[in-house]
Amino acid sequence: MEITAAQALVQCLEKEQVELIFGYPGATIAPVYDALHDSTIKHVLARHEQGAVHAADGYARVTGKVGVVMATSGPGATNLVTGIANAYMDSVPLVIITGQVSTGMVGTDAFQEVDTTGITMPITKHNYLVKDAAQLPRMLRNAFYIASTGRPGPVLIDLPKDIAETKIKFQYSETVYLRGYKPTFRGHPNQIAEAAKLIAQSERPVIYAGGGINSSRSSAELRALAETINAPVTNTLQGLSSFPGDHPLFLGMLGLHGTRAANLAVTNCDLLIALGARFDDRVTGKISGFAPQAGVIHVDVDPAEIGKNLPVHIPIVGDVKQVLQELLPRLEIRTDSRWLEQVDVWRKEYPLHYEVEGNLKPQYVVEKLDEITGGKAVVATDVGQHQMWVAQYYRFRRAGGLITSGGLGAMGFGLPAAMGAQIGLPGEQVILVVGDGGFQMTMQELGTIVEHQLPLKIIILNNSVLGMVRQLQKVYYNSRYMAVEFQFLPDFAMLAQAYGIKDYIMRTKEEVDTLLPQALAEPGTVLVNCLVSAEEWVNPMVPAGKAISEAIDC
Amino acid sequence: MLHTLAVLVENSPGVLTRVAGLFSRRGFNIDSLAVGRTEDPEVSRMTIVVDGDDRVLEQVTKQLHKLVDVIKINDITDDEYVDRELVLIKVNADHTQRVEVIQICDVFRARIVDMGRKTLTLECTGNHGKINALEETLRPYGIKELVRTGKIAMVRGTKNTGYQDNGAKEESL
Repeated sequence: MEITAAQALVQCLEKEQVELIFGYPGATIAPVYDALHDSTIKHVLARHEQGAVHAADGYARVTGKVGVVMATSGPGATNLVTGIANAYMDSVPLVIITGQVSTGMVGTDAFQEVDTTGITMPITKHNYLVKDAAQLPRMLRNAFYIASTGRPGPVLIDLPKDIAETKIKFQYSETVYLRGYKPTFRGHPNQIAEAAKLIAQSERPVIYAGGGINSSRSSAELRALAETINAPVTNTLQGLSSFPGDHPLFLGMLGLHGTRAANLAVTNCDLLIALGARFDDRVTGKISGFAPQAGVIHVDVDPAEIGKNLPVHIPIVGDVKQVLQELLPRLEIRTDSRWLEQVDVWRKEYPLHYEVEGNLKPQYVVEKLDEITGGKAVVATDVGQHQMWVAQYYRFRRAGGLITSGGLGAMGFGLPAAMGAQIGLPGEQVILVVGDGGFQMTMQELGTIVEHQLPLKIIILNNSVLGMVRQLQKVYYNSRYMAVEFQFLPDFAMLAQAYGIKDYIMRTKEEVDTLLPQALAEPGTVLVNCLVSAEEWVNPMVPAGKAISEAIDC
Repeated sequence: MLHTLAVLVENSPGVLTRVAGLFSRRGFNIDSLAVGRTEDPEVSRMTIVVDGDDRVLEQVTKQLHKLVDVIKINDITDDEYVDRELVLIKVNADHTQRVEVIQICDVFRARIVDMGRKTLTLECTGNHGKINALEETLRPYGIKELVRTGKIAMVRGTKNTGYQDNGAKEESL
């Protein structure tokens, strides 16, 4: 029996065990929406395509499944661009299906036509423009395979309307044949043996663990490694929540706003074990000052990351979980504590600090959140100062508990990503910490959140300024503040009321102490407006062009 | 240093854009790029001459490998290989110069493929150096028009830089 390509697409999604699609309809994608009418797959109607794609991102991160996004051609597709780039930078598996004008119209500047595959080429792992309806099931299978294997990432399928309406004989094949795509999963045994040897010889090892630990779900292996060789662990921003925040071996985040203990440990180590991390410029600072005395073992599933920014002594290409599982039996338990004692000296000498007294401090709110939740909530953030304070002061004790835009640093990510995470984890506590700037970028998704009765807790650290840019202007532009202060902010309480959301306002430490536990215990959606001091700075901070050992307080 | 890469790619729409886009986006310098179909109609072969040190070349190769449409990459710079470029040159040659130009043509084993009242059009194949030498030699006469293909190359002897589909590489989940 023949069915339309749009119907075939929906059947393929069912076969991929897709339960949920985030999307926004339009004319060219209408045939697919029509086919969805007869499917068990649920559709979450966002309020903006950017909301849909960030939500799918948050959903994919917490569930480990591929997030599926659907949008129409033209503006539908262009509104997805930030979200696709974000997923690409943070290696999140997404399959994005966009409508396209009919093949006869392609290239004529038709209504709602843009070159979607052209625009998204540099921000997708791969993309397809469907020209032959019969190829669609194979392309979709490939898309899911490519998105979810190797280094995960977004894959886009651009589907012209007439192709979607073409009748085809539906054939579905589980096997994937891509001669140009063969990710390496198992690390080379000789390299793993070499790594074990180097670890045994080292005196001052540091484990530098990134987002790869979270995406390969290998927190247990990471912990086993650290405890076996008695090495301190530092996380990248994206790696946070892969190692218990209260563990005695944990140093906190490294890099630009990392702890001094982490940065000094990396600077002085003789062996750096990089796991699923990519030596990003925000991590390394001046590259010549990054781990200058260290031998480097680098485990990554993407061979192109190895040696990209820093020479590596023992490269291991493979899935970090599998590599760690093969490495662990080769290691001997180490108990030597001299290096850890040195690290402890730094930790005690340079703790993270802020002045608790005075106006309500944003750091205090984050510390309180940590205390109330025991570090076990899933915390999503937006981008900016509050994001760094969450990274510094929330001690993650739930593997994969942080949802944040790391590589792209996209403001507006927080609210929709938290929404997607809460949809993916309906029974769990999901908290969004967001600035007043980023919140206003995508606050239209409150509608979606209410529609789906999500018990999300939204904590706005409201200082009525764009704090991170303001900090940059303070340090690098002699405090000549320009375009960083909002002269108008909406009444967030009335906004919450407009959406029928319970709201809280907290102005003092005492109000936080009494009201925050109450707000988090509410059964439904809650919006908490914390009026915090604007004169707080993210410290320590490595000035531009300096080594990470040269952090300052500003 | 110039490196010559033999790159096998899927003969799919947009593959040239993907490769060219990758080079420009990552700041790699293409010296020349030639592309065409191979013995397998589904596979195209690109010969890319790229400028860079070993570190740049490692990144170029690794980043190219990440493209799903790229099947195989060989850096043949250090191999024994045959390489050719083709050039078409329309050069000034009135009756006073015609004989000289034809003599140059003979020396370079170029062929005359068209003749105008005041011009000759030459075709010549050879490696990069030979084509450069021909161009320089003809320049004093006044080159009206010139077009060069990029370099194409093939490793000598039995060593194979092609793609054998042995059918055993299927991956299933």
